[in-house]
Amino acid sequence: MLQTKIHNLTLKNPVMTASGTFGYGEEFADFIDLNRLGGIIVKGTTGERRQGNPYPRMAETPSGMLNAVGLQNVGVETFCKEVYHRIKDLDTNIIVNVSGSSIEEYCKTAAMIDELDNIPAIELNISCPNVKKGGMGFGTNPDMAAQVVSEVRKIYHKTLIVKLTPNVTSVVEIAKAVEGAGADSVSLINTLLGMAIDVEKQRPYLSTITGGLSGPAVKPVAVRMVWQVAHAVSIPVIGLGGITSAADALEFLMAGAKAVQVGTANFIDPAVTMKIIDGLEDYCKRHRINDINDIIGII
Amino acid sequence: MRKYITDFTIVGKQVYNESYFSLTLQHPDRLPEIAAGQFVEVEVPDNKQVMLRRPISIHDVDIDNNTLTILVQVVGKGTRTLSKLSEGQKLNLVYPLGHGFSLEGTHTLLVGGGAGIAPLLHLSKCLSAKGIRPTILLGGRTAALIPVQKEFEPYGTIGFATEDGSLGEKGLVTQHSLFSADYDHIYTCGPTPMMKAVARYALEKGIECEVSLENMMACGIGACLCCVVDSDEGHKCVCKEGPVFNAKKLTNWIKQ
Repeated sequence: MLQTKIHNLTLKNPVMTASGTFGYGEEFADFIDLNRLGGIIVKGTTGERRQGNPYPRMAETPSGMLNAVGLQNVGVETFCKEVYHRIKDLDTNIIVNVSGSSIEEYCKTAAMIDELDNIPAIELNISCPNVKKGGMGFGTNPDMAAQVVSEVRKIYHKTLIVKLTPNVTSVVEIAKAVEGAGADSVSLINTLLGMAIDVEKQRPYLSTITGGLSGPAVKPVAVRMVWQVAHAVSIPVIGLGGITSAADALEFLMAGAKAVQVGTANFIDPAVTMKIIDGLEDYCKRHRINDINDIIGII
Repeated sequence: MRKYITDFTIVGKQVYNESYFSLTLQHPDRLPEIAAGQFVEVEVPDNKQVMLRRPISIHDVDIDNNTLTILVQVVGKGTRTLSKLSEGQKLNLVYPLGHGFSLEGTHTLLVGGGAGIAPLLHLSKCLSAKGIRPTILLGGRTAALIPVQKEFEPYGTIGFATEDGSLGEKGLVTQHSLFSADYDHIYTCGPTPMMKAVARYALEKGIECEVSLENMMACGIGACLCCVVDSDEGHKCVCKEGPVFNAKKLTNWIKQ
């Protein structure tokens, strides 16, 4: 009833977890059955180990939060040697978010992940707002976005998802550029660039001054962008941004997303993904929907 | 140690003053083992302005009654909302979180300040259960800012330090007559400058020292990587690898 497809991937249900909000999945094993998820997008992984940005890295804002973690991660070699072996036998799609500062770094990481049998896809992160070099720099210019995707496409042979930033004038233009360069799917949106100031201390809350806004506050922007992109490209779209309930997930599906990712909500309720899956099943029963695909893109 | 997400019922509330209150929370079933120094992530009910959970130290545990107590300092919107809750209301917790105190040492000194006093009561009881009677040194700007005092009496020798001299000796905890090198293990939780001063002293004297940090966090379970401390081994999550760290691993942080 809930099964859906993203290129060559079959998802038990459209509910995945967003990179950077779910660790490597293990952090949530006490709370949920990870095997029930449609997929897990693990922490953004780079060519070398990264320490990320200095503390403080987060601030709560109305119906959302800002973060400036800056891609702290163990690096692709440690991922392949250690982390992969701990999670590879989970019965779900484990997708690695691949980040970098240069085309060479993206390609190095993607090539190493390509060798891992139980990782059926990567999500190419050309949209991180919290790193000085690269990241969002690739995702805000259609030519650069196309260039990095086409280079990775040459060496990566499985499903290639490209994660898009909302911090552009036309997300459709970027989506079309990466589709033309060989992406199998696009996921959107990454965080919105934002800022908050502690007026008592007269300084920004984040060590980096600006950071990425996520949570329910960004959802209407995300739904709009998913709807625009879904009408403009023929590759499957994965929707994310502020999903906290089955109703939120359904908005993205109706707007044209073939699957969704749950992010910030995992911090508030570590079991929220199970409630969303249950809620989707319940919705389908109530509306006599035999196949969730029947409502995808109906708007 | 397994973590849970579950509803508790507020069965006790104590208001100490404008800044501090405690809530005693009961679960229908037996509680899991809770180490001294661990914390809970509390969902703040009925406030649309507060989305994220609030990390709060476990102050006391009563295994026989399936209760735990949190001691809370009112610092912002979230804790102010919690201060308005009353007995009978439900509170959703993710718990028990983090890595607690080691309970090592035979001549132990506990140094707490402000809300950092919270985990030291459960620590005193756990040490006491091991047959260790700690020296407990509690500090604050004024007596009112040391909300919990008598509760510690059965478990150790107690000293107070206040900057205005309204309780115990006048001055900082590090100037108190009980603050000395006569210990083999120091545990501390409180304001950052206090913990750094205590840790610096312990490292100089070669005394084992554990500090319990309080960084801003979102998830509490090591997923968001927001609450990191700049440890000697790189950024470590306070929620997962802490909140208790051995001071020897924080020499960078102590210097900052």
